[in-house]
Amino acid sequence: MYDVSYHRPASLADAKAMLASDDAKVLAGGQTLLPTMKQHLAAPSDLVDVRRIPGMSGVKVEGGKLVIGAATTHAEVAGNADVLKHVPSLACLAAGIGDPAVRHMGTIGGSIANNDPAADYPSAILALNATVVTDRREIAADDYFQGMFTTALEPGEIITAVKITPPKSGGYAKFPNPASRYAMVGVYVAQTGAGVRVAVTGAGQDGVFRHDGLEAALSARFAPEAVDGVSVSADGLLSDIHGDAAYRAHLVKVMAKRAVAAAA
Amino acid sequence: MSDGIGARVKRKEDKRFITGKGKYTDDIRMENQAYAAFVRSPHAHAKVKGIDASAAEAMEGVVAVLTGAQLTGDGIGNLICGWAINSKDGSPMNMGPWSALATDRVRYVGDAVAVVIADSQKLARNAAEAVVVDYEELPAVAHADRALAKGAPQVHDNAPGNLIYDWGIGDDAATQAALKGSAHVTELHVTNNRLSPNPMEPRSAVATYDEAEDHYTLYTTSQNPHVARLVLSAFYNVAPEHKLRVIAPDVGGGFGSKIYIYPEEITCLWASMKTKRSVKWTSDRTEAFMTDAHGRDHITTAKMGFDKDGKITGFHVDTVANFGAYMSLFSSAVPTYLYATLLSGQYDIHNIYCNVRAVYTNTVPVDAYRGAGRPEACYLIERMMETAAREMGMDPAELRRRNFIQSFPHQTPVIMNYDSGDFPGNLDKALKAADIAGFPARKAEAAKRGKLRGIGYSCYIEACGIAPSAAVGSLGAGVGLWESAEVRVNPVGTIEILTGSHSHGQGHETTFAQIVSDRFGVPIDNVSIVHGDTDKVQMGMGTYGSRSGAVGMSAIVKAMDKVEAKVKKIAAHVLEASEDDIVIEGGEVKVAGTDRKMAWHEVGLAAYTAHNLPAGMEPGLKEGAFYDPVNFTFPAGAYIAEVEVDPDTGVTKIVQFTAADDFGTIINPNIVEGQVHGGVAQGIGQAILEQVVYDEGGQLLTGSYMDYAMPRADDVPFYTIEHNTTVCPNNPLGIKGCGEAGAIGAPPAVINAITDAIGTNDLQMPATPARVWAALNAARAPMAAE
Ligand SMILES: Cc1cc2nc3c(=O)[nH]c(=O)nc-3n(C[C@H](O)[C@H](O)[C@H](O)COP(=O)(O)OP(=O)(O)OC[C@H]3O[C@@H](n4cnc5c(N)ncnc54)[C@H](O)[C@@H]3O)c2cc1C
Repeated sequence: MYDVSYHRPASLADAKAMLASDDAKVLAGGQTLLPTMKQHLAAPSDLVDVRRIPGMSGVKVEGGKLVIGAATTHAEVAGNADVLKHVPSLACLAAGIGDPAVRHMGTIGGSIANNDPAADYPSAILALNATVVTDRREIAADDYFQGMFTTALEPGEIITAVKITPPKSGGYAKFPNPASRYAMVGVYVAQTGAGVRVAVTGAGQDGVFRHDGLEAALSARFAPEAVDGVSVSADGLLSDIHGDAAYRAHLVKVMAKRAVAAAA
Repeated sequence: MSDGIGARVKRKEDKRFITGKGKYTDDIRMENQAYAAFVRSPHAHAKVKGIDASAAEAMEGVVAVLTGAQLTGDGIGNLICGWAINSKDGSPMNMGPWSALATDRVRYVGDAVAVVIADSQKLARNAAEAVVVDYEELPAVAHADRALAKGAPQVHDNAPGNLIYDWGIGDDAATQAALKGSAHVTELHVTNNRLSPNPMEPRSAVATYDEAEDHYTLYTTSQNPHVARLVLSAFYNVAPEHKLRVIAPDVGGGFGSKIYIYPEEITCLWASMKTKRSVKWTSDRTEAFMTDAHGRDHITTAKMGFDKDGKITGFHVDTVANFGAYMSLFSSAVPTYLYATLLSGQYDIHNIYCNVRAVYTNTVPVDAYRGAGRPEACYLIERMMETAAREMGMDPAELRRRNFIQSFPHQTPVIMNYDSGDFPGNLDKALKAADIAGFPARKAEAAKRGKLRGIGYSCYIEACGIAPSAAVGSLGAGVGLWESAEVRVNPVGTIEILTGSHSHGQGHETTFAQIVSDRFGVPIDNVSIVHGDTDKVQMGMGTYGSRSGAVGMSAIVKAMDKVEAKVKKIAAHVLEASEDDIVIEGGEVKVAGTDRKMAWHEVGLAAYTAHNLPAGMEPGLKEGAFYDPVNFTFPAGAYIAEVEVDPDTGVTKIVQFTAADDFGTIINPNIVEGQVHGGVAQGIGQAILEQVVYDEGGQLLTGSYMDYAMPRADDVPFYTIEHNTTVCPNNPLGIKGCGEAGAIGAPPAVINAITDAIGTNDLQMPATPARVWAALNAARAPMAAE
């Protein structure tokens, strides 16, 4: 790792000031950023640790919405009573990320800021039609994810929270990559106020995406069998040493069915 | 004696390991220590046209940037393969030059061209990135079959067609004839997937040059420090043996990968002389994937013939073995004398022929990895047997029974002479423990849950206790494979055992003490084991090939024989009895049938005070011995895997795994079971998870755990372990060895179970979900078309 300066701002305003330089980066759980720095794939001059800024972590219910602070760890989300009550499928997703060490360090904000094409959270944010709250605006999920490792965030923009309207029901099924155990295919289904939404992570060349065919079929009938008639194309899906696009396309259907079956 | 042979005592070494007090090479800190970072080729094959180190040399904390030209200029020798194999036509193997730092050409991704020595690891790594190497890329070839194709890129100029040797064993014509006359012939094409060894502790070296004494000390992660010293002295010209001390302190796993002396260790020694600094290097995990010798990587086509009663008539095998870019230390022996000589398996086969072509590719060198050759042989035979049974509509257990060797000694047509065993007994024990009768019900129950349940067998045999020196010498080995030991009884009666074996996870500090305790009746806490230091231990060949018990312990027994003889003489003299009446029992040395006795420590004291010794006897109580085995040992067993495949995803869950092993005498069941657990886990890893992948151009695609799938706890089941012991007749303790069995026996059992579940024999390792799903679809397709 190259030399880097570490900062722990006490307020969002301080953090913003520290992030003014192009070479400064937000640090949350460090579970993605630090390994890339060790491999010399990233070399920020300054790390601005946002985890202790008041209000950045924790879960609350506000106006019928679940508000999850950006620095809330996966383990907290997995075990939080409000999440378990209002969006149990999200708690279940968080409980399946990485291993206990990763879950106690990694954060929801870090995960969606990073937008790894194999990460779990992006599928939930997109399927639940969540809102990404930053230090300067609110971004709808449909506008937020813009391709693998690419988001609507501007340089220096800090995610502060994620807002979720509890769905009527939601479910997540993940097919873990046998080596990394990130999602090789993860499908999140949700019956939201805006209709049934289905988001697929792990499989797409451009990162997380919604699947129209699955959404249409499940809107007509929210049942596992409804998936049977849907055709999932391999076009635009990833092929790698763990599985080709055709296999991933097949898994999208299998995971979609399992997600619907698990929906609560 | 409660601590003796067969006792389930806890491992003495675990306190320091579990409390983080182990002392590994990277824990060694020398005064004035500098750090090495290697400049490695990003290309699989390229000419090195120039190296510009000026920017790196100017960086803060950089002590030196050293290159291959300087290294060869100082007379450091090329790395060698120490086992000479001739081709069928009598020509010697084509060994290409391998310099510790490449001079003019790099041949795999990770091949080192220069080394930076700096004041810290960080500075060294940063400076290594600043070294500019001018490469001219050359076409590369990564896969063995492509390397043999016409027009393939040439890895070494002196190995035309990339062929290292074209070797054969057995009778080709007789085997072909036997196949022709067979009632049934089974043919299979199998690949044995390339594996990365992944010891928990990566390789590391700390080299120190003492200018005043012109002497070197190397701390390193070695399974055989004396062999390292020998090779570094005799072949790499680092220093003569008496000017080089090699210490392998605690070593965190090896699995074969730490047998070899690698470029990095050689370079650190040389660099310590060049810079007059201690030089430390510790591999990171990516470097380990790139540069540790890989294992396996065979492509094989084989035919096995059967008569109408299911008796094997002949076995014909054609194997291509990928050696990587250079010939590693024992590479040549692995797909020949450690593979083809085991192709008779547990079966009475009269006609066997095996052809092996060893080829260069632009990949990291391949050498012995847990099992080394024997897993490849076992996988082939046992997939053959299961496939043949299915094709002939026979119970696979019955087909094996009809072919089992039943009497010993048994001479196979491929060199090995099996000394003992009970193959039907192993299988019976496994079948019973696996509740074979209940399988149909379990399968039906699984089907209700939508799962495909399958069962697979594997009856493995291996050759361990490597090896009789004269025998391996006649086959081309450059070394003898005996072992040595020294037993030092101190004046207070405590005992030190100095052994040439090396423990890197095997628990020698416990088991070696147990055999001493068993013999002399002293508690194991009064016995300490000294190993891994060429200045302390007289000589040794190290640990691999499950040889520490069968060979290493035998040397200790021989030395204990000498100690016992002297103890009896001393006691007879002091107690005024006849030597023949002296017995050693419960920590006492007694005159049989009387109450006259000396405590064990009193004999020790008597030996060293030397006030009252028999006339002419030298003082002291310390004896050494060398033990050269008369034969290999032959652990064997029967493994049964039961799996459930999810047809929707292709995921395999191993739901039951039964091992019935014959390891000969067991010193400590706890440690033996641990070896089986670890070995089977590695075997399961090979069967369903692990695989090194290079793309066509020789880029390593599995350079981290993001892509290289290691077995995790939830990938393996709880094991059922049985023992069916027949004692080895050829060594004093009757030991056969247990270190590799699991890795050898498990893969075919697992694949046989999966192919049983999915109803097709067409499946290669690793049986990843994607592959199993594809195989299922291929198997279903004809049915869909009907
Ligand atoms: C062994 C291992 C296994 C894993 N397995 C999985 C898995 O199965 N599924 C999965 O989804 N993930 C997995 N991860 C990734 C893990 O979930 C990470 O925690 C997550 O991707 C990043 O979160 P973090 O808090 O660690 O962010 P960091 O690593 O600190 O930061 C990641 C990126 O986000 C930026 N960032 C962080 N917080 C903010 C913010 N509030 N506003 C703006 N930008 C911000 C940083 O600048 C950086 O660019 C795994 C990681 C490891 C090490």
